[in-house]
Amino acid sequence: MRLSLTTLKRYLETTATPKEIADKLTAIGLEVEEIQDLATSLQGFIVGEIKSVEQHPNADRLHVLRVFDGEKDLQIVCGAPNVRVGLKSILALPGCLIPKFNEELKAGVIRGVESNGMLCAEDELLIGEDHTGIIELDTDKPAGTPAAEALNADVVFDVNVTPNRPDCLGVKGVARDLAATGIGTLITPKTSEIKGTFKSPVDVKIETPACPIYTGRYIKGVKNGESPEWMKKALISAGLRPISALVDITNYLNIAECRPLHVFDADKLTGNIIVRQAIEGEKLQALDDKEYTLMPEVAVIADEKSAQSIAGVMGGVDTAVSADTKNVFLESAYFNPVDVAKAHIKTGAESDSCARFERGVDPASCVADNITATQMILDLCGGEPSEIVIAGAEPDWHHEIDFNWNEVERLTGLKIAPEKMQTILKSLGFGVDGNKISVPSWRFHDVKLPADVVEEIVRIYGLEELPDAPMRPEKLSAGILLANQSRERTVRRALAEQGLNQAITWSFCDSKLAKYFGSKGVRLENPISSDLDEMRPSLVVNLLSAVARNQATGTNDVQLFEVGPEFYSDKVDEQRLVACGVRAGNYLPKSWNEAVRSVDVFDAKADALRALKAANAPDNLIIYRNAPTWYHPGRSGAFQLGKNIVAVFGEIHPQVLKAFDIKTPVVAFEVYLDAIPMPKNKNGKMQSAVQKSAYQAVIRDFAFVMDKGVEAQKLLATIQNVDKNLIKGVSVFDVYEGDKLPEGKKQIAVQVVIQSMDKTLTDKEIETLSTQILNFVTKATGAELRK
Amino acid sequence: MQNKLNEIKEKVLPAIESAKTLADLDAVRVGVVGKNGSLTGLMKELGGLSVEEKKTFGAILNTVKTEIMTAISDKKQALETAELNDRLASESVDVTLPVRPTHQGRIHPITQATEEALAIFAQMGFELAEGPDIEDDWHNFEALNMPKNHPARQMQATFFFPNKNLLRTQTSGVQIRTMENKQPPIRIVCPGRTYRRDYDATHTPMFHQIEGLVIDEKTNLANLKSVLFEFFKLFFETENVKLRFRTSYFPFTEPSYEIDLGGAMANNIGKEWLEMGGCGMVDPRVLKNCGIDPEKYQGFAFGVGLDRLAMMKYGIPDLRPMFEADMKWIKHYGFVPQDIPSMVNGLSMNGGKKCD
Repeated sequence: MRLSLTTLKRYLETTATPKEIADKLTAIGLEVEEIQDLATSLQGFIVGEIKSVEQHPNADRLHVLRVFDGEKDLQIVCGAPNVRVGLKSILALPGCLIPKFNEELKAGVIRGVESNGMLCAEDELLIGEDHTGIIELDTDKPAGTPAAEALNADVVFDVNVTPNRPDCLGVKGVARDLAATGIGTLITPKTSEIKGTFKSPVDVKIETPACPIYTGRYIKGVKNGESPEWMKKALISAGLRPISALVDITNYLNIAECRPLHVFDADKLTGNIIVRQAIEGEKLQALDDKEYTLMPEVAVIADEKSAQSIAGVMGGVDTAVSADTKNVFLESAYFNPVDVAKAHIKTGAESDSCARFERGVDPASCVADNITATQMILDLCGGEPSEIVIAGAEPDWHHEIDFNWNEVERLTGLKIAPEKMQTILKSLGFGVDGNKISVPSWRFHDVKLPADVVEEIVRIYGLEELPDAPMRPEKLSAGILLANQSRERTVRRALAEQGLNQAITWSFCDSKLAKYFGSKGVRLENPISSDLDEMRPSLVVNLLSAVARNQATGTNDVQLFEVGPEFYSDKVDEQRLVACGVRAGNYLPKSWNEAVRSVDVFDAKADALRALKAANAPDNLIIYRNAPTWYHPGRSGAFQLGKNIVAVFGEIHPQVLKAFDIKTPVVAFEVYLDAIPMPKNKNGKMQSAVQKSAYQAVIRDFAFVMDKGVEAQKLLATIQNVDKNLIKGVSVFDVYEGDKLPEGKKQIAVQVVIQSMDKTLTDKEIETLSTQILNFVTKATGAELRK
Repeated sequence: MQNKLNEIKEKVLPAIESAKTLADLDAVRVGVVGKNGSLTGLMKELGGLSVEEKKTFGAILNTVKTEIMTAISDKKQALETAELNDRLASESVDVTLPVRPTHQGRIHPITQATEEALAIFAQMGFELAEGPDIEDDWHNFEALNMPKNHPARQMQATFFFPNKNLLRTQTSGVQIRTMENKQPPIRIVCPGRTYRRDYDATHTPMFHQIEGLVIDEKTNLANLKSVLFEFFKLFFETENVKLRFRTSYFPFTEPSYEIDLGGAMANNIGKEWLEMGGCGMVDPRVLKNCGIDPEKYQGFAFGVGLDRLAMMKYGIPDLRPMFEADMKWIKHYGFVPQDIPSMVNGLSMNGGKKCD
C-alpha cells in the first residue's frame, strides 16, 4: 500500500522523520519496502527563475536562457516551448542525478553554446508524465529554494500490509499502530449526526446473508465538480487518479479509513435497492468497462430492474455518477469477507474495495462512515441530505479473550510489566478488564486467541530484551538419520565417486517429452509454462534435456546424476525416490595413452551396480531383459529381486535421442531406492568372521562354445553352483563371436579359482571338479569346451 | 714360484681393471683360474713340492688367488651396475606427459548446504523428517490455519492438479504429518523441494527450504532466537552474525516474524539486513488440528531458503543455473564426494577443487 506522509499526518500528530516512521512501521509488522521522498531523489535540484530568453544562434527550436539560481545567473540552453521571462521552474545543476535517466547531468556545449544546467519537465523527475514543456511552478518561493520544498512534495511509504491487517489498508489504522508505539498521537476526526431533512425516496431491502448491514442516504441537489487540491494530492500519492468530487470522496475514505463506499446516481436507479444473490446469467456492465455475466454465488446490489453493482467489488456503468449528476444515493455497507472473496474469484473482477472487504473491514463503522462521507459530500458538492437508511444490523463482532498475563513470558521468554502490557493493548483499541480482553471491532477478523494478544503486546513492545536460551539435545545421539535417509546420502556420494556430477532438475517436465517415458499424464492445472506442464515420470527426461543443453554449449561428453522423486500419480505419496544417471558421448576424453570409446551399456550397468552396492542391495539380483521402452531393446536390462525391479540400465533408444535432438550415444540407469529392502543383520553392525584359506589356490581356464542366445549370467551361476565351497571365484576373460566359430555360436572364456579351506587339493580332486564343471555347464546351457 | 706368482698378479690385475665387458672379465677369469688358467697350473705344480714348501707356497698361492678373485668380483659388480644404469637410461620416458584420464564427480552445492545444516541441527538434537512433494489441501493449507478463501493463500502462488491436490508451497506439510503421528516432544527439521508459481531472476518455480519444528512443554521465542542465532553462526562459520526478528504474519504461527540476518554475510554484499525466512510460535489452532493439546504443549517453527543459504555461503551469484545441470557450473561450484559435511572438520572443507 502507498502511504502518504501528508495523509498520515491528518491522523497522526508527530514530529518524527520519514526514516524514523519507516523504521517503526517495519518493526511493528508493517514493513516499509521503499520510501519515496523527493527531498532525497531531488537532492540538489532547486527553483530557477528565467531572467532572459534569446533565440539559439544555431538551432531554431532551442533557446538560450539566463536562469537565476538565487545567487547568480546561469546560461542554459533549453528546447522547451513554454520558456518565458519570469517563469519559475525546477533547475537541475551539473552533478544532479536526473531520475528518469539515472544519469548525472554535466555542463556542456549544445550546438556551440555553453549550457550550465537544465530546466526539467515532470517526467524527467518521475513526478508526473508530462513532457510537453518544463514544469511551471506557481510559487512565491524564491529562486534557490530546494525543489522538494517548492513542489510541496509528499513522502510516500510503500508499506507491505499482511493479510491479517485489513485495518491498516486505511491510513487511520496505520496511525493507530504508530501512536501505540509512542511516536505520535492519534487524531480522531469528530463526526456528529447529520439531521436529514426528508425521508430517502430510495429504500433498502436485504435478501442475502452476504450483507449483514447496509446503510444508505439520499442527497439531492449536489454538484459534482473537481475535488479540492489536498484530496487530489492524497489520491495521487496513493497511486489513484482523481476523477470527480463524488468518486474521489469514496476513494479517499477507502484509502484513509479503509471504508469502501459507493455512490449511485439516484436518478438512474429504478425504485428501491435490493441486496441479493445474482440470478444465473444476469449481466452487468461494470466500471472497469467489462461486461460480467453473474452467477448465484455472487451477491449484488440491484434496483427493481436489475443488478447495478457486484456487492463490495464494483459498481455498474448504468448508475454511475457523472458531471451532470444531481441526486445521489450513498452506500456504506458491510459484506462478509468470504462472500466478497467468492465474488472476486467467480467473476475475476478486482478493485481496492474488494481487496479490503475480502480481508475484512470494520463491521461496526457503517453508520459512522456514512455520516463522515455525507458530510464530505455536503462540504464539497453541496446538496441536501435525507435521513439515514439502515437495513439489517451489525454482525456480532464482540469478542472477549480470557487472558493470563503470564502468557507473554510463557510463549516468548520476555518479562513485561503488566501495566505496560495493558497500556499497549489500550492504545491499540483493546478493552482491558482484569483478565478479560475485549477485541476492537476493526480487529475481530484477526485477534481471537491469547496467542494473538501476545503478538499484539510483543510487536509494540519490541524484542530488544529477548533473552538468550540455547537449546541442547535432550539426549545424545550417534545419528539423526533414518537408515533410508542415510542410504540416500551414501548413494549420492558413491555416484559422484563413480565420476557422475550431481544435478538438481525440476520435478516437472515437458509433456511432449514425458510421453517417451511411460507418462502417466500427471499434468499440472496451471503450469508455469507449457514446457514444464507434467510431473516427471522418470528422472531421465530432464537429464536428457540437460545433455542436449550441455552439448549445445560445447560440452559433448556429459556425466550427470540426480537423486530425487519421480511421480506416477497426482495423489499424495504416489512418488518414488530414484537415483538416476546418464553418460553421453565418449566415456573418457581423448588421450595419448588410452583409446577413445563411446559410452556403452556396460558403463550404465557399472553405474547402476555402484548405486546398488552403495544402497546395500542384496547380492541375489537377477538381470532380465525387461528395461522400459525408452531403452534400446537389445542393449538394456533390469535388475530384479524376485518379481520387483530394483534398477534398470541401458543405452537410450535412438528414437528418444532423436526427440531430444541428441546426436551422440547416451546410456542411463535408474535405481529405485524405495524398492531395495533395508539390509537385516541380526548381529547389528558386527561382521561375520573373515574366510581365508591357508592352502594353495588353483586357477583353471575354460573356453566354452555355446549358442549365442545363452546368457553369461547363466553360465557363471552354473559354474558357481557346482561347488560353492571350493569355487572361490568365476570371471569372464574373453568373449568371441566370429568366423572361427560355426554360425550362431559364441565363445565365452572363464577363469575359475578353486581353493579348499582345509587342505591342498590333489591333482585328481581338481580334475574331478573340472569334469563336473564341464558336465554341469553342458547340461545347463548346451555349451561345450572349445576343441 | 714366487716369481711366477708375482708375474701372474702383475699381469692379471691390470687386465681385470681394464676389462670393458662382463665377457672380457670372464676371459680374464678363465685365463687365471680356468682349467688351463695360469693359477690353476701353479696349483697343479704344488703337488710336486715338499710338505714344507707346500705349506709356504700354498698359503701364498691362496692369498694371491683371493686377491685376484676379489678384484674380479668387484669389477663384475661395477660392470653390472654400469650395464643396468645404461639400460635404465635408455628406458627413460617423458614424465611430464599427462596421466590417463579418470572421472571425479561432484556433489551439488544445495545438497552440500543441506547436509551442512543437518550436521548443525543434529547437534541440537533435531531429527530429519521428510514428506511428499504432492500434498493435499489439508496438509498444505487447512491444517496450517488457512481455510478456503483465506487471503493468506494468495501469498503463495500455488501449482494445482485437476484433483485439487497441489505441489507443496512449503515443507510445513511434513510438520503436520509429524504432529499427526507423534505426540511431543518433537524436534525435527524438514528440508526439501518446494514449489511456487514464480519465475524470474530471483525466483524459480522449484526451490528448497529447510523448516524446523520444536514442540514440548516449555520451548519459547527466546529458544527460537538462540537456535537460529547459533545456526547462522555455525553455518556461515563466523561470529559476526546479527539476527533481527521483524513482526510479520503467517497463518500457522502466532506471533510471527521475518528473520533478518545482519553482520558479515549481509555486509559482504553491501546490505545491513538480509531477509532469510520466516518463523514464529506455532499457532494453537495448528496444534489442535494435529491432535496436540495447545494448553499443554507449545513450540516454534521456522523456515529458511536452502538455495539462498548455499548461494550466500559459497559465493554463487545466480539462482537459475542451480537447476540447469550445466557440467561446467557443477564442476566449478560442486563439492568432491569425500567432502562430507560434519561438525568435526568444519562442515565442508571445500578442498580438492582441482581433482580433475
